[in-house]
Amino acid sequence: MSDYLLEVRDLNTSFFTDNGEVKAVNGISFTLERGKTLGIVGESGSGKSVTAYSIMQILSDTGRITSGSVLYKGDDITKWSKSKMQSFRGKHCSIIFQDPMTSLNPVFTVGNQLEEAILLHTDKSKREARDRAVEMLELVGVNEPAKRVRQYPHELSGGMRQRVMIAMALACEPDILIADEPTTALDVTIQAQILELMQDLQKKLGMAIILVTHDLGVIAELCDEIVVMYGGRICERGSVDDIFYNPKHEYTSGLLRSIPDVTGRRERLVPIAGTPINLLNLPKGCAFSSRCDKAMKICLEEVPVEFELNPGHSAACWLNMKDMLASQDGGDCE
Amino acid sequence: MKNVNDLPKKSLMSLQVDLSKFMPATEEEKRQQDVMSESTTFFRDGMKKLFHNPLAMISIVVLLLIIITIVVAPMIVPYGYSEIISVGGERDKGAKNLRPFEWSEAEQEYIAAGNELFPHIMGTDALCRDYFIRVIYGTRVSLSIGFFASIIVLIIGLIYGSISGYVGGRTDLIMMRIVDIIYSLPDMLMIILLSVVLDPLLSGLTSGPLQTLGTNMISIFVVFGLLYWVTMARLVRGQILSIKENEYILAARAVGAKPGRIIRKHIIPNIVSIIIITTALEIPTAIFTESFLSFVGLGVQAPMPSLGSLANAAREGLNSYPFKLVFPAVTICLIVLAFNLIGDGLRDSFDPKLRR
Amino acid sequence: MSGEHLVEVRNLKQYFNVRTGFFRTTPLKAVDDVSFNIGSGETLGLVGESGCGKTTVGRSILRLYEPTGGEVYFEGKLVTSDNITELRKSMQMVFQDPYSSLNPRMTVSDIIGEPLDIHRLYTTKKERKEKVLGLMELVGLNAEHATRYAHEFSGGQRQRIGIARALAVNPKFIVCDEPVSALDVSIQAQIINMFEDLQEKLRVTYLFIAHDLLVVRHISKRIAVMYLGKVVEIANSDELNDNPQHPYTLSLLSSVPIPDPKIARSRKRIVLEGDVPSPLRMPSGCPFRTRCSYATEQCAAECPALTERGAGHFVACWNK
Repeated sequence: MSDYLLEVRDLNTSFFTDNGEVKAVNGISFTLERGKTLGIVGESGSGKSVTAYSIMQILSDTGRITSGSVLYKGDDITKWSKSKMQSFRGKHCSIIFQDPMTSLNPVFTVGNQLEEAILLHTDKSKREARDRAVEMLELVGVNEPAKRVRQYPHELSGGMRQRVMIAMALACEPDILIADEPTTALDVTIQAQILELMQDLQKKLGMAIILVTHDLGVIAELCDEIVVMYGGRICERGSVDDIFYNPKHEYTSGLLRSIPDVTGRRERLVPIAGTPINLLNLPKGCAFSSRCDKAMKICLEEVPVEFELNPGHSAACWLNMKDMLASQDGGDCE
Repeated sequence: MKNVNDLPKKSLMSLQVDLSKFMPATEEEKRQQDVMSESTTFFRDGMKKLFHNPLAMISIVVLLLIIITIVVAPMIVPYGYSEIISVGGERDKGAKNLRPFEWSEAEQEYIAAGNELFPHIMGTDALCRDYFIRVIYGTRVSLSIGFFASIIVLIIGLIYGSISGYVGGRTDLIMMRIVDIIYSLPDMLMIILLSVVLDPLLSGLTSGPLQTLGTNMISIFVVFGLLYWVTMARLVRGQILSIKENEYILAARAVGAKPGRIIRKHIIPNIVSIIIITTALEIPTAIFTESFLSFVGLGVQAPMPSLGSLANAAREGLNSYPFKLVFPAVTICLIVLAFNLIGDGLRDSFDPKLRR
Repeated sequence: MSGEHLVEVRNLKQYFNVRTGFFRTTPLKAVDDVSFNIGSGETLGLVGESGCGKTTVGRSILRLYEPTGGEVYFEGKLVTSDNITELRKSMQMVFQDPYSSLNPRMTVSDIIGEPLDIHRLYTTKKERKEKVLGLMELVGLNAEHATRYAHEFSGGQRQRIGIARALAVNPKFIVCDEPVSALDVSIQAQIINMFEDLQEKLRVTYLFIAHDLLVVRHISKRIAVMYLGKVVEIANSDELNDNPQHPYTLSLLSSVPIPDPKIARSRKRIVLEGDVPSPLRMPSGCPFRTRCSYATEQCAAECPALTERGAGHFVACWNK
């Protein structure tokens, strides 16, 4: 059953704030296989980052997994003790964050921070850790690694800092790398370098990657499988070709219609109407219904179930059921 | 995940599929989902938070009680703060250092003779004066001095900090170095020096209220005006510097606003909450400083009491009459604590950085 | 040649003095000799990465920074600090960050009405109210939200407020400084469409500054590419897309992630080596030569000027 490296089952995460319960993640399930790249796409408020943080269990104080499980090689890590989680993080599963400027500690050298990761999870000596740090810097393409190892984060450029973060994340050769908007804060040309680096490293080290982002271009470049999220739920999942060329959820197609045409033809964009939902007041039915052109009455009342359309490609949209019913009755109901 | 192929195997009835539900939803129905939350201003939001802060609310109540007491008490209690107790028109020398609610011999005779006397709620002091009324007047003095000193600090600090923060550049550099120098001066030393210097100058003044306060008090105000505004100035400058970074200031310039308008409409409304908070926290410092100065003899002149001078006078008879120290000390503590808790509460409610 | 274009920028320079030592300051050449023209009713896109000076160009044109050198002409007249207040009725700006570009203590009506107040564009209170409501409707905001405060709105709605504010004086020219970069994709499309609609309705001219090439290409008629304070290429949108010539443009276009898996898989990337040099220590001659695969000695010696290579297509390069 579990040759999945990671399996998330019906995960629910909420934040308990002064204003009420913010239901950030509502019943997410997905799987991750070795060596593959899974993309989690969504806009702000979709719950994609919270999902990643839930897996690593690094939610802020007010956040909690309220139900569901996260299985790593068959073991439910939500039931693990604190110390077991600590050895999980960094060793089996690492995360890199969006902003390289604030993710590195400014008062420690780059080498120090790299060594910290290594010393925590392996029993190398200090000298061995230092050597490994230099090795990692070279692997991620930082020039003059022996010199850089003694530098402080503010002496490095944004692109280099992100490389250092990647080095830190991969120092203990984890099975899973979670990348939370890794290139959003970087310039386009640096972004290209980092994406290429991640692809190379995946080929070399064979880790699985979960890429969380809102940038459809980055997703198209890097991912094998995609999960589209809105309002804390999964709208659609499938292979990268399924999602881009055959979207079956109105949100997915809406997103694809909102971005400017890649070939440069100046067709008018078709935006999604309305504004992103308020997670404090989740609607009864489908989270996307109030913005959907084709919303039906059932969409407002019942949360849609996921319908599998092709192997590996499914969407949580009542329209698919409507299609199915229509084809069944030979067009009787309309 | 349901497989589309599975569904036909169950009858549609068991799924209880209502075919009418698959009709398109109307705009009305969709709009009901989209609700904007209630409108609140920053101020109302913060006040709501403040009301939920138990310590702050208790402190506000305590302060209000104290203020009501010091306003009302002199109307009820028939004794004056510098009045020596007299019974039946004659000065009563035996009314020295009476315990709370105790009567002197002369007074006991007087009551036995069928007259009514207002009790000495806190006893009397070494000079046969009712202690309660002295504590009341002492509180009045301490509170007013604390309040006015804070206002002085506020005005000077606000103006200085605003100019420094808004103009920036070299002006700011120089102004802040002056602040640094002033900051490093020892305040006690300055007060003593100033009171020595100002004493001969001010004793020439004949205006009434100033005379009762005494030259020491003037020098306290002068010192506050000279030294204590620096914290406020630094704070205001810091706030203005950070507000200037916001794009709405640039936007105001792009729209054509002149500097005066920018300061009035854009900068000041955004620093008001910080100023109120800081002032609230400044008042206890002022009160405490005044109390301390009175304690060491540099405060208000006798016979006008202040909580600090009362505490000082109580030192002598401490072993025999501890109550004389307890009353003014407890009052100072209550006031200072109350203001501190209110200031903390205000900061928690209004300081945006603490908001989640 | 003046008078033909709505906005003419000639040899614009913006240097900032940065403290590099105890007594030393070094000039940071944020904008170094930039020239371009914008015709009435058209949109010029200005792209480049962080540090290239595009935001500074926008702000210098509107005289939010006093330019160190060069001139800006609006409708043929030279823009100076004397006539700028008057000209602010014709030139406006939309800012990038919808969260910090609106004063949190002002209501929507205050914010949008401020330009009207400053330039005294109404005679009665009723007139002001009508104008504000009209502007709100123009940008798609609900009239009943006029008394609400900025922090109660979402990012997209705030950006609409910012746009309404810029439109209040009925300007002929608007500098849009990364107006959609901070917004979600689905909202971006709404705002981009709104910009296009407003241009059609009101005949406004835009200088559209952004780092997202796909968006700029979509909305602009012509595009100027900047690198480290200099314009390296200007061309029509389509021409730039089909026939880019400057090495930086080539690499920029190939670095943009394309939201189309087949194209992404098949295309060949030109990945630039190294990082952008610090603007305090700019390379001599052409600023791009340190990362350019076509660099020669001439590139280090002298900075190339923009030369015309075809109809309206200008490139600043010795070798391509």
